[in-house]
Amino acid sequence: MNTHHHSTVPSDPELRVKALESLLVEKGLVDPKTLDELVDLYETKIGPRNGAKVVAKAWKDPEFKKYLLEKPTDAIASIGYRGRQGEHMRVVENTADIHNIVVCTLCSCYPWPVLGLPPVWYKSAPYRSRVVSDPRSVLEEFGTQLAEDVEIRVWDSTSEMRYFVLPEAPADFQNKSLDELESMVTRNSMIGVEKIKEPENRS
Amino acid sequence: MNSAHDLGGRHGFGPIAPEAENSEPVFHEDWERKALALVLAAGSLGQWNLDESRYSRESQHPVDYLRQSYYENWLSGLEKLLVEKGLVTEEELSCGRAFSKAEEELQKRLLQPEKVYSTIEKGGSTQMESDEPPEFNIGDRVRAKNRHPLTHTREPGYSRGREGIIEAHYGAHVMPDQNALGNRIGEHLYCVRFDAGELWGKDTPSKHLVFIDLWESYLEPA
Repeated sequence: MNTHHHSTVPSDPELRVKALESLLVEKGLVDPKTLDELVDLYETKIGPRNGAKVVAKAWKDPEFKKYLLEKPTDAIASIGYRGRQGEHMRVVENTADIHNIVVCTLCSCYPWPVLGLPPVWYKSAPYRSRVVSDPRSVLEEFGTQLAEDVEIRVWDSTSEMRYFVLPEAPADFQNKSLDELESMVTRNSMIGVEKIKEPENRS
Repeated sequence: MNSAHDLGGRHGFGPIAPEAENSEPVFHEDWERKALALVLAAGSLGQWNLDESRYSRESQHPVDYLRQSYYENWLSGLEKLLVEKGLVTEEELSCGRAFSKAEEELQKRLLQPEKVYSTIEKGGSTQMESDEPPEFNIGDRVRAKNRHPLTHTREPGYSRGREGIIEAHYGAHVMPDQNALGNRIGEHLYCVRFDAGELWGKDTPSKHLVFIDLWESYLEPA
């Protein structure tokens, strides 16, 4: 069924997008204001700060953590994050003995409501190809060292289930405010390629 | 289909070289903003589903798939679907101008700017009913079938022929192989746990598990 050959040199993507936009607008199939709204949503509103709020609350509130692990989609919706690419959530918890990492080897599935759009590396061939077969070398590239006896669990997002890592809380989390904790949660820790950095270890 | 998108376990792609998280922008080029928005806006016309979108990107020549950036692949997939589904013609696409307006019925489906937030927030559940009871129970030993469909599938190549254990049952979900061909049917979906040694050979370091979501028809008892 594939009649498109790679011998045709693809044109500049900028020109392709421009042509496609004007064509679809002229056809009456796309409203330019809709495009602006969509971009604004993913550039300024839906991003990893959403996930950081979920994580900080789970660290501080054991009842919420239980809810998050048992009914992840509902628990995340209770803080206001739901919808496209997060319809069926599953939260996997990192502990002293277990380290979880999320990937989509077949495309780029990622929990958009809590993390926004995926970073370039998450969608790239080097990460997608290697993290399932050699996760320790991948973690090293992110500066993450795990003890030999820590079990690594890699979650390949091949269905519409969306995996989200609940990182291990920092050592003194009980003495920190929700805001402080939230600011310590990185996007990469919720994908599982990094751990939460203790302040004294920050360069 | 066994094409370039099925990347698990492939070698030779080099370092990941991630950009620093705190300085990486959401979009790297202005056209990427439009590419994302066009894919979402055109998708909301309801003329194709998520698996048809994936199938369209996967069906590119593998050299194109690997050479192009992520948003270029999205763009190629969108262009192909627009033509295949008859929304635009090849000629219109190549010159970037409409020779005629879209049909009235289709124009009525245009995503309005004020509906963007509620549409995204609603999403699209893939949970379905199934009349059949699940064939497998948690803890069952299963083997991912050695199958090589020429069309879309979500059974990754590296799992085929390998044995694992049912870790979870997620209920019935839209079956992607059929959905990509336009048939929306529900089928039981499981999360299967594989030992890395089973997938990559006995010399693989232990303490490494891989969890893969697999539909019932991808599996057989082991």
